[in-house]
Amino acid sequence: MASEKAKPAENRPVYQIERLSKVYARNRFQALKDVDLTLRKGEFGAVIGSSGCGKSTLLKIMAGLMPPTSGRVMLEDKPVMGPRRDIGMMFQQATLLPWKTTLGNVLLPIEMRDGKAAARAARDRARELLELVGIGRAENVYPGELSGGMAQRAAICRMLITDPAVLLLDEPFSALDELTRDFMNMELQRICLERHATAFLVTHSIPEAVILADTIYIMDANPGRIVETIHIDLPRPRSLDMINTAKFGEIVHHIREKLGREMYGS
Amino acid sequence: MTDQTASSDAGSGQTDTVWTEREPFIDRIPRWVAMTGLFILIVGIWYTATALEVVSNIILPGPKETWDDILFVGQNMLDGGYMLEALITTTKTVLLAFLLAMAIGFSLGVLVGETKFGERAVMPYLVAIDTMPKVAFAPLFIAWLGFGISSKVALATFIATFPIVVSTAAGLYAATENERMLFKSIGASRLQTLIRLKLPTGLPYFFTGLKIAAVGVMAGAITGEFLGGGQGVGALIRVSASQLDTPRVFSLIIYLSFLGLALFLSVVWVQKTFVFWNKSDKPGGMA
Ligand SMILES: Nc1ncnc2c1ncn2[C@@H]1O[C@H](COP(=O)(O)OP(=O)(O)O)[C@@H](O)[C@H]1O
Ligand SMILES: [Mg+2]
Repeated sequence: MASEKAKPAENRPVYQIERLSKVYARNRFQALKDVDLTLRKGEFGAVIGSSGCGKSTLLKIMAGLMPPTSGRVMLEDKPVMGPRRDIGMMFQQATLLPWKTTLGNVLLPIEMRDGKAAARAARDRARELLELVGIGRAENVYPGELSGGMAQRAAICRMLITDPAVLLLDEPFSALDELTRDFMNMELQRICLERHATAFLVTHSIPEAVILADTIYIMDANPGRIVETIHIDLPRPRSLDMINTAKFGEIVHHIREKLGREMYGS
Repeated sequence: MTDQTASSDAGSGQTDTVWTEREPFIDRIPRWVAMTGLFILIVGIWYTATALEVVSNIILPGPKETWDDILFVGQNMLDGGYMLEALITTTKTVLLAFLLAMAIGFSLGVLVGETKFGERAVMPYLVAIDTMPKVAFAPLFIAWLGFGISSKVALATFIATFPIVVSTAAGLYAATENERMLFKSIGASRLQTLIRLKLPTGLPYFFTGLKIAAVGVMAGAITGEFLGGGQGVGALIRVSASQLDTPRVFSLIIYLSFLGLALFLSVVWVQKTFVFWNKSDKPGGMA
């Protein structure tokens, strides 16, 4: 299953991460040790590992939300040294502001970076995005009235409104129920294919990682590090039916074995 | 197998309900009826106690005398008499003190809640002062500011400021880690994060502080008027009480409570208008 996926592997690198380490100063805890990875244009990467192994730490450093202790992160050949407009992020919680309408929430990144006038000018684009994820009719609704799935859709639009070069996703749908989550994962794949997006997903669900990713990085804890890189060559677009194929099962089995071995140290 | 549970009554078309929810009596009567009932009960006991002279009429006047005096005081106010003057003076004191407390309390609250200096250096002093019995400062304010309105305003402001400081600071801490991270990730500056995230998130807390302050400002103003004389309602109450004119004391208190209630309800109204998104199940979302 470690056969190369032809297309993304040849594209130019977008993210280049070299020997990244993080020690939290507060408790001298080594959360990451010597992480290397390269994400290419149009590639969908996923990192999987048990909770507490450093996935969010890795993503936060990649997003420029926190500095590493050593090593470096390059995005489009420029070092990441703080939040950047070409990075779009999504978290486990939709985190919509309750006093803004769905449309206002989607426009928030523009409003912060370019001001109110620019946000007004981007309204049509925001509406298009809301249509794209199927909640066009909720544009004037306040988040209190949105379901969990609709709120995460709005969060997707908020991430896409600045047209970022890469999407960083930290367990974006893990707070949703399983039916909604499967559906949202397929939506995510559709959006990424449509936009030729480069994406990096953090998850602790093996099937989710396999169905979405071109490359899976298996992470282990204490200290957080990448222990295996797997290329998934299932054809695209992928569908939920693939979960029942032998190949899918094989990959899932392999990853589970690997994670289990790392966790129980045998 | 599938209709096992429904089989017992099948065919008969009738089912006896053996157990269902019954609404308790108190839930079935409208609130105003319950409140009126309790009011009549209390006035009844009050009337009986005074009619039977269980307590002397000088100590506790009957409902009738009190009601008459309330009407008399109301008439005096409508005619623009000296009691209207007193009420206006007290209202002025209360409003002025409330606005001052709001401005000072909010500024200190932002200092404490937003800056490390405020949290580390200013907050301990505020906590220390807050634990003091603040009315004890009244003679000091009178000595500094005299017997006019300003000494009362100072005392009322002093009392009402602290709940606003504490609630404003607590409100600024209320934004979640997720929300802070979101703002960071979309490149918001510290000022933008304060104005666009922390302050709106903290509004419900701020209003909770204002409600406490609205009560405190009344207490401060009246205490100031008791101790420092002057033209306000508090001074009138003290004079009436010293003349054993108890019905007058009661009716003045009634009018004062209207003032307090009006202030409190204005705060509630402003909150309802501005914090339309707040669910009552969140902290700081009381009333
Ligand atoms: N701000 C912090 N200070 C100290 N330790 C932290 C901090 N954030 C996370 N950690 C620790 O680092 C480890 C990895 O955390 P995290 O990256 O959130 O894991 P994951 O996202 O994989 O669940 C955990 O053991 C956690 O306790
Ligand atoms: Mg995490």
